[in-house]
Amino acid sequence: MTYTLKQAADLLAAGKTSAVELASDYLARIEAAQGALNAFITVDRELTLAMARKADASRAAGNAGLLTGVPIAHKDIFCAEGWKTTCGSKMLEHFVSPYDAGVVERCTAAGLVTLGRTNMDEFAMGSSNENSAYGAVRNPWDRDAVPGGSSGGSAAAVAARLAPAATATDTGGSIRQPAAFCGVTGLKPTYGVVSRYGMVAYASSLDQGGPIAQTAEDCALMLNVMAGHDVRDSTSLEMAKEDYSRDLNQPLKGLRIGMPREYFGAGLAADVAAAIESALAEYRKLGAEVVEISLPRTELAIPAYYVIAPAEASSNLSRFDGVRYGHRSQNYEAYFEEHNKEAKEEKEKVTLLEAMYETSRAEGFGWEVKRRILTGAYVLSHGYYDAYYLKAQKVRRLLSEDFQAGFGQCDLIAAPAAPTVAWNLGEKGDDPIAMYLADIYTLGVNLAGLPGIAHPVGFGANGRPVGLQLIGNYFSEARLLNAAHQFQQATDWHTRAPAL
Amino acid sequence: MSLTQADVRRIARLARLQVNDTEVAEVEQKLNGIFGLIEQLKAIDTEGVEPMSHARDVALRLREDVATETNRRAAFQAVAPAVEDGLYLVPKVIE
Repeated sequence: MTYTLKQAADLLAAGKTSAVELASDYLARIEAAQGALNAFITVDRELTLAMARKADASRAAGNAGLLTGVPIAHKDIFCAEGWKTTCGSKMLEHFVSPYDAGVVERCTAAGLVTLGRTNMDEFAMGSSNENSAYGAVRNPWDRDAVPGGSSGGSAAAVAARLAPAATATDTGGSIRQPAAFCGVTGLKPTYGVVSRYGMVAYASSLDQGGPIAQTAEDCALMLNVMAGHDVRDSTSLEMAKEDYSRDLNQPLKGLRIGMPREYFGAGLAADVAAAIESALAEYRKLGAEVVEISLPRTELAIPAYYVIAPAEASSNLSRFDGVRYGHRSQNYEAYFEEHNKEAKEEKEKVTLLEAMYETSRAEGFGWEVKRRILTGAYVLSHGYYDAYYLKAQKVRRLLSEDFQAGFGQCDLIAAPAAPTVAWNLGEKGDDPIAMYLADIYTLGVNLAGLPGIAHPVGFGANGRPVGLQLIGNYFSEARLLNAAHQFQQATDWHTRAPAL
Repeated sequence: MSLTQADVRRIARLARLQVNDTEVAEVEQKLNGIFGLIEQLKAIDTEGVEPMSHARDVALRLREDVATETNRRAAFQAVAPAVEDGLYLVPKVIE
């Protein structure tokens, strides 16, 4: 048997199951599916069962909270004490975190039991999960398809019912796009709502943690745990504690949903467009009004993002130097000798320490990560900063202003999560441009710092899931969850599960 | 604009990333593809637009100047590639 987060919580509260029993059942499912899906990087039965026993003990002592004993999976980007935290990279292959991320701390305090660590694109850079140093994840709906990325393991795990819910992160669509590709629900909160402390940094001004689950209701329960001010993250917002499930049952009558015409033009696959049309018809039946709006500079999100994110990445990833943690090359002396022998000028030579940095990073990082580091180093380098980085930040403001103009005409914005359903593994090969262009509908939300949710609304021509993305204004998470929940009360797409 | 292989080697050094002779041509080609995409920005009129460095314009907080972290040196050094007597070991830097 598999459950939603809410169902598992109810069964535990009614004494019909235990945390140990739930954890054991899910661990068995994970083990059975691992060969086919590769959704997890690390599973540690003993650590999991110890957490489950502790949850059962605190329930027996009368100290259980709403979610005590419910099992979830963590994206392998959140540091968790005693767990290997690889971030999908060879660089961190042997890194066992000495501390907990803010999100992990909150989940543990709520009594949630960790089932394991989900696979992901290396350092969250990718849209297909093919950039993982631990192998690609397969889409549970069709094993020839990618699960999306970068939170591909979290989305695949929830879709295959290997965990009731999973944590994830979204820098340019990494929650919403894999949720859409795998037919599950994923929420990217307003920037600053979820602590970034202990979440391995990719692009700090865009990174935001959030949940992936089967239902909007479960996402609300997860966000209630994950959200909250954290002094250890300088961009964490100081705001009063919210109950994100408070509006779930509000009727949608009078809700204005904006359809940006730029999101529904050329480039959007017909089967995705059709599923989204049907979903919007359903929203109309629920009392919402759909109005056409314009986000005229949508296309610029791609170049702006692919300047800003790599710039921040090149800075963030400079911490991987082979000294304090992570991979250290054994080959740096040979490189030092050879490079300096060939160097024509004195200034081309490297020191032994530089040789160690260069070889450790070359061996530890995969090619997509290297490309983004190099792109970032270039746009930040002397003489190019204004032309690229500052320019991109100005365009970022224009994009953000477009969203605000849009919200003058509607409450929520409806959009596809991606131009197509999940593509085939290997289809985009090693072509970064093809991959980047597929991010068109999700990047703007991160640049503006807005919240967005993706929920399943049907299937494409080849039977792969289609997700609808709803975008809200700042701090409208409860409203987004309300809309998706009402949709899920009237439809059953979110209950469909792939055959394993 | 177009990056040359010399540019790639220069950026790679700046980024402390070894890119060897067999890799440099492909890196050059891929980065030029990426810069082709990024170049679109140049055509946009951003006269008078304030750069947006952050999703929410919030002021950085100041905290009380007191020690809040406990000393966990042993735990943090347990994940380091090479340590001795509480110090991180690096290749020789002074001849």
